[in-house]
Formats: sequence, structure tokens, C-alpha cells
Amino acid sequence: MKAIRDTLQLFMREIRISLRMPIWIIISIIQPIIWLLLFSQLFRVVGSLGTFPGGSYLGFLAPGLAIMSSLFSSAYGGMGLLRDIERGFVDRLLATPASRGALIGARVLHAAVTVMFQAAVILVISFVLGVRPGSWVLGTLIVLLSAGLLGGAFGAASNGLALLAGRYEILMALMNFTILPLTFLSTMIMARPLMPGWMQAVTRFNPVDWAVSAARDGFDGTASGTLALHFLLLLAFMAVCWLLAARAFGRYRARN
Amino acid sequence: MNAIEVQDLRKTYRNGVEALRGVSFAVEEGEIFGLLGPNGAGKSTAVRILCTLSAPTSGRARVAGVDVLEDPDEVRRRIGYVAQESSVDIQATGRENLALQGHLQDLSGPGLRGRVDELLERFDLADAADRMVETYSGGMKRRLDVAMGLIHRPRLLFLDEPTTGLDPESRAVMWREVRDLAQEGGVSVLLTTHYLEEADRLSRHLAIVDQGRIVARGTPDQLKSELHGDRITVELAEGADVERAARCLADLPGGSEIVTEERTLHVQVTNGARAVPAVVAALEDAGVRIAQVALARPSLDDVYLRATGHSFETADAAGEGEG
Repeated sequence: MKAIRDTLQLFMREIRISLRMPIWIIISIIQPIIWLLLFSQLFRVVGSLGTFPGGSYLGFLAPGLAIMSSLFSSAYGGMGLLRDIERGFVDRLLATPASRGALIGARVLHAAVTVMFQAAVILVISFVLGVRPGSWVLGTLIVLLSAGLLGGAFGAASNGLALLAGRYEILMALMNFTILPLTFLSTMIMARPLMPGWMQAVTRFNPVDWAVSAARDGFDGTASGTLALHFLLLLAFMAVCWLLAARAFGRYRARN
Repeated sequence: MNAIEVQDLRKTYRNGVEALRGVSFAVEEGEIFGLLGPNGAGKSTAVRILCTLSAPTSGRARVAGVDVLEDPDEVRRRIGYVAQESSVDIQATGRENLALQGHLQDLSGPGLRGRVDELLERFDLADAADRMVETYSGGMKRRLDVAMGLIHRPRLLFLDEPTTGLDPESRAVMWREVRDLAQEGGVSVLLTTHYLEEADRLSRHLAIVDQGRIVARGTPDQLKSELHGDRITVELAEGADVERAARCLADLPGGSEIVTEERTLHVQVTNGARAVPAVVAALEDAGVRIAQVALARPSLDDVYLRATGHSFETADAAGEGEG
């Protein structure tokens, strides 16, 4: 299948670019350490307010931060696409018979895979800090999968918005505007029972919270029926974002 | 069969800019065809349509025997495209650039690896093959651009301003490569340029594009011989009466055409050496003060001037930034 072959070739290019930026790898590893230490200190009092599974706020935080890093890194994925357009890479690609879907596909895949790597780093570091998941293998897999799905979705959305906006500044502003509210309207760092009632209701419609809830359910080993629901919702959300990005790319091509 | 056939191609962008206003031309198999014009004339738009990157507003184009709107993927398999701005991936090595381009053109395995080595060798990039393209010079990047366009052995190559921004030495290398491609490789080349010299030296046929239209076409020699004779350029002193100067030169024997541009008069004459003294005398008799007089053999500059009514340099400067 040409579409799959082309997607993989372009995906490999993205991976090579990431791996050649040692600073990217170093930040990917240091950032979660800082987050874990910072947030667990800052919100220490939160830990004493409610009961957290395993009794540790850090244990509560770990899967949440895995999703946070997924969100924060994938949301700016569209910048790379703007760079590729600017440098003529996209035009060169479009002048070959390469599958038209491969470009977006490769970028979504790249976003998903890199955030899974970052989520894994967070799990390792939290383990070093003494956090023990309720379920080892399955828990880890579920956290990575939740991060990957959300990362793929936001990677796709970011690419789509980049194509529609056409400028770095607009994309940055849009993403900065979106990310923090989505973070705080989820149970990423705050337990649900400690939120105001209206906020608890809003989290139900927040894809970031779907990912956080799924990751935490898996991590704690308390997987239930809601886990499957959250996965389905995340899958649907990613499909919608992907579709949006593909449509935006079609529009970009037609505009020229 | 012609390599390219274009009929009445028009393109109006969404912002209302009419980039092409009815362009027709044909490129023969195996020739280098030059599209010559100043910045903003519509050359790149034409190339982008022929390479399936842009859809025409109206008109038809057959490229390598295939209609660009009916089967764009087949066109893409048959052509190589080298854009105006270098579009190599600077975050990859030369070899990786070529390999990725090959994969996208459905090459793989030992066949592709061999082809990559062959092109690296041919474009004098073998030593730099595994270095990041970021470290390449402008000339090297441009050669890699062309090599990438050739990875799948297309019979037709589009070169959009291949030497713009290159130093004279790199330009000479590029010219040799392009000529070899057509002569030894039998590849048809459509070349756009805003260097008159480049079009003159490389192309067998050329078309001059101005403001979205073709204003002259033929072989460089045909175009120049239509001008029969030499060109005298008279630059008048500040404040001189250009109209009056033009009137008094029009009566001169042997002077055929006069084009005026601000303070400059371009006079087409059959024998320049004989006409210069007469021109100077006539202007002095009429009391028109002269700043400078120059005599030149016909060049594509003159063809352009005659076809459009303005000199190439003026148009090029005016179109700068419009792409």
C-alpha cells in the first residue's frame, strides 16, 4: 500500500529530525522531573485534602503529568508543518505521486509516538521517586496509549489549525489560549471531588480529562467500564481532529 | 509528441491577481525551452500549474503526454520539479534527501541505493553525501535540488530559476549540467529565468513572458535577427526634451524604431557605427543635450524592450517581491 509506505517514510524523517536534536531529548527528560518535583511540592496541601489511591499525591500526579506532557508537546506540532511549507518541502512532496494523506498521517503518528516516549520517561522518573502503579504491565500500557491517543489528536488539530491560520504567531496564540483551560478543567492535578460542581460537570466533555481518567484508571489498576468509554471517546476525538487536518490540507492545496 | 503543450492557460488567484492571461506554447521532446521574464511575470505560476501544484482557472496543459487535470499522479511520475527556492531538507543528509525522494517516487532497494550513489557522484556531492545539508554551500544545495528532481529518471525536468542567487562559478556549473542533461540524457527541460544571458545561452526555443502574457517567441537567434541591426542607447541630459529628441531622430535615414523610456532613447539602426555620428549631430543641431551614448549588438534585452515597450531591468525591479 503506497499510502502506508509513504506515511512510514515521512514518519521516519520526522523521527530522524527529533533524534538529531539532543536538546529536545534532554528537555524531554528533565522537564518531567521538574514538573513532578514542582507540582508535588506546590500542591502538597491538595494531597492532605482528599484521599488519593495509594495515599500519595505523587502517585495521583504521575499519570496526570504523563498526559500533560502529551498535551503540551503535541499542541505545537503544527509549527513543523509551517516550517516544511516555508522551506518548500511540502511543494516538493506534492509534485511527486506521494499519497496525499501521508503527510498529515506521518505527522499525527510522529506526535503520538513522541508523546508516548515522553510519558514513558515520566513513569520511569516517578518510579524512581517511589511511585508504584497498581497494575504494572497493563497500567503502563494504558497510560502510554492514552497519552498517544491524545497526542495524536492534538498533533492533528495543531497541524490543521496551522494550515488554516498559516502563521506561527496565530497558531501559538490559539494553542496557548486552549491548553491551560483544558488542563485546569481536567483532573490532571486536582481530584474531582475537590472541584466546584460546575467544573466537575465540564470535565466530562474535555478530551484531556478523558485521557487523564483513562491513564489514571489504568495506572491505579482500577480499570472499569469508564476506561473503555474514555478510550472510545479519545479515538473518536482523534478521528475528528485527523479529519479536520486532512480537510485543511485539502483546502491548502486548492488555494494555490 | 511534444513534451509540453499549453493552450490558453489562465490563472487568476483568489486575491484577484491575474498571474496568467492566456498563455500558449509547446516544448519539443529533448529540447531546453526557456521561459524568460522579469520577476512577477507569471513564470512560476505557469510552472506550478504544469507540475500539478496549482490548478489553472481555464485552459489546457498536457505534460509528458498527460493532461494535468485528468491524471495529475501520472504527470507527477513523469516529471522532475525543481522549485525556485531551494527545497532540500536541511535537517537531513544529502543521501537521505535523495533516498526519501526516491521512495516517494516508488523506488526502493538496491536499485534506489545505486541511483542515489550515481547522482551524488554526478553532481559532485559524493564527499558530502552523509553530511547534514545545513552545512552545504548555496551551489551544493542547488545541485542537490536538481539531483532530487532526477531521482526517478524523468523525461521532463522543470527548473524554476535554477541559478538565481548563485555565484558566477556555481552558475557556470549549473549551465553545464543542464546542457548535458538535454544533450546526453535526452531529457526535455523547461527552464524559467530572469537572466537574459541564461535564456540566450541555454535554450533552443524561448518565450518571453510579460505581465501574464507571452510577448515574443522563437529561437534566440530568430528573435534577435528580427531586430536586424544594432541598438543605440542615448541618455539625455537632465531636463532635456525627450519628445523633441525622438521626433528629430525619427527622420534619420536608417533608423527604424525608437522606444523612449524616461530620459533614455533606444534607437534601432541597420548599421550602428555609421549611425552614431548622425544621431549625435541631429540631437546637437536640435539643441538637445546628451549625457551618454552607447552602441550595442542586438541582445534579448532589445527583443524584450521591443515586445513590451519597457526595458527588462525596469520591469524586473518593478516586479520584485511579487514572485
